[in-house]
Amino acid sequence: MTAADTKAAGPPVPVPRAPEGTGPKPAPEKGISGSGRKQRKKGELLPYLLILPALVAVAAVYAFPLVKTVIMSFQDMGRKELWTGESPPWVGFEQFTNILGDAEFWSVTGRTVVFMVVCVGLTMGIGLLLALLMTRLTTWVRLVLTAALVAAWSMPLMVAASIFRWLSDSDYGLINTLIAKVAGEDFLGHNWFLDPKQGFAIIALLVVWGAIPFVVITLYAALTQVPRELEEAAALDGANAPAVFRFVTWPVIRPVFTMVATLSVIWDFNVFGQIWLLRGNKPEPEYETLGLYSFSKAFESTSFSQGTAIALITVLLLSGVAVYYLRQLMKTGEVE
Amino acid sequence: MSTSTAPSPAGAGQELRPDRKKSRWHYDVLGLLTAVLMAFPVYWLVISALRPNHEIRSYDQTLWPSSLTFDNFARAVKQENFATAVQSSLIVSVTAVVGGMIIATLAALAIGRFRFFGRKALLMVLILVQMLPPTAMLIPIYAQLNAIGGLDEYWGLIVVYLVSTLPFAIVMIRGFVVNIPVELEESAMVDGCTRMGAFRRVIFPLLAPGLAAASIFALVNAWNEYLFAYILINDNSKYTLNVWLMTFTTERGTDYGALMAASTLIALPVVVFFMIIQKKMAAGLTSGAVKG
Repeated sequence: MTAADTKAAGPPVPVPRAPEGTGPKPAPEKGISGSGRKQRKKGELLPYLLILPALVAVAAVYAFPLVKTVIMSFQDMGRKELWTGESPPWVGFEQFTNILGDAEFWSVTGRTVVFMVVCVGLTMGIGLLLALLMTRLTTWVRLVLTAALVAAWSMPLMVAASIFRWLSDSDYGLINTLIAKVAGEDFLGHNWFLDPKQGFAIIALLVVWGAIPFVVITLYAALTQVPRELEEAAALDGANAPAVFRFVTWPVIRPVFTMVATLSVIWDFNVFGQIWLLRGNKPEPEYETLGLYSFSKAFESTSFSQGTAIALITVLLLSGVAVYYLRQLMKTGEVE
Repeated sequence: MSTSTAPSPAGAGQELRPDRKKSRWHYDVLGLLTAVLMAFPVYWLVISALRPNHEIRSYDQTLWPSSLTFDNFARAVKQENFATAVQSSLIVSVTAVVGGMIIATLAALAIGRFRFFGRKALLMVLILVQMLPPTAMLIPIYAQLNAIGGLDEYWGLIVVYLVSTLPFAIVMIRGFVVNIPVELEESAMVDGCTRMGAFRRVIFPLLAPGLAAASIFALVNAWNEYLFAYILINDNSKYTLNVWLMTFTTERGTDYGALMAASTLIALPVVVFFMIIQKKMAAGLTSGAVKG
């Protein structure tokens, strides 16, 4: 669940330390704790005792359900098995062949991918431009912009979704009023969600708006690590702004950029709450992305096994991205 | 930090060469414009919450309200289950955060202070599990809680939130742990402290800012969670605030005035905490930077 949550709430794991890893500074921790660790080898059982509670908890809420997901996806668990506690019959790969043979699954997957690509593209593009803009602002303007970003960032997901639902309301929404005022009366009463393309445009607006603060603040932190002297020297040597960016700035911020982009891919692939609330708790089939599709199979069609099989396919689809993210983390020294 | 020859009124380490200074104003205009765009939905939330209802239900929305009123807030607070939703949100998030911080601190100490077999793997697992899609976890957790009678109970939700805050909290607190020199702890032990005493008197006070930041972060996360709260709790009187928000939408339509007022109330603590955590995070960053 964290993927969706952290999005609304703020930076995920690497943020507090990301700029540290990117900078020219040597990682501070090695020298200091290295000597200490050697002396501590004797207390060999203690670290295991310390991590035990965390291990048990993570196993209970992540590892066990994940194993259970795999098991359930090879069974046929419905409402009856859930309530009686009977063990569901084994069906082998039937769930998977059913799903993979279902045209709806492929259209949902296609929709999810397109939506993710558009959202990540917009988020990262606008985010990078804004972060670069931040470095060129007068201090007080930068503070104003930072305050605006933090205000947007701190909106809980459900609150943000409520605001955008209100903004795009067909009768009393501000978007329609503004368009009507500028372009004529046509738009009063316009329902943005009748056409899924328009509906997804509103949802993307919400997703991108919600994600931009995190991206800008992280990238800006990375940009402050770019040595000024290098940029100046390049400019003195006759490099124009794009060249300075490409050869001096970009190499420094690239690890952070790819990391944030990877996280955005994972988050936007799993968008749930935004669509859920904008569609008033009852998303139409045309609004289903993989997360919602799995959810509706499990809880509305009460075929839990189909739901878990779809979730498992989603995990597999994302695992490549996740591994890439982890490698980036290791490169920047986050996991040493 | 910079080797400026020009006077630098900006004072944020930014270089101001004279030719650049001139062309700066249009960046500033762009920056202000972006700030307005980014903050606008938040403005619209607050202003709609304070707007009289006849303006909310008007086909001609105006950017400024004609008058301000607290009627929407009154309606929101009087909505069924408001008090219990506040209570549920508080019970669930606070318990989850306190439990999470204790477990996370222990693990962070282990990872930050000891070199043991499986340490790196543990860190990787922690980061990876955060990336699992929530719906993948939801169905088996639901089935499992159903089997052991944890549906509709606070503890089911608490356990889920507690664990979901763990990976982030461990990694963040570990960052603070490794920045505390081992020598401090050792000299305390040389001076006669036990290991627990050294932790209590030396490590813990230095760790406190990190713990505060991590716990606020975890609190905000739990406070904002929707999907699990919606599925694991069916009893109206145990709804958390985010789920409760949906009660403003009925078959007959949505009471947007009250919904915006309620949303403002839910967002308010988060905004306050965010302001605090911003500073703490900056402090964490600088302490790391100074040490290098």
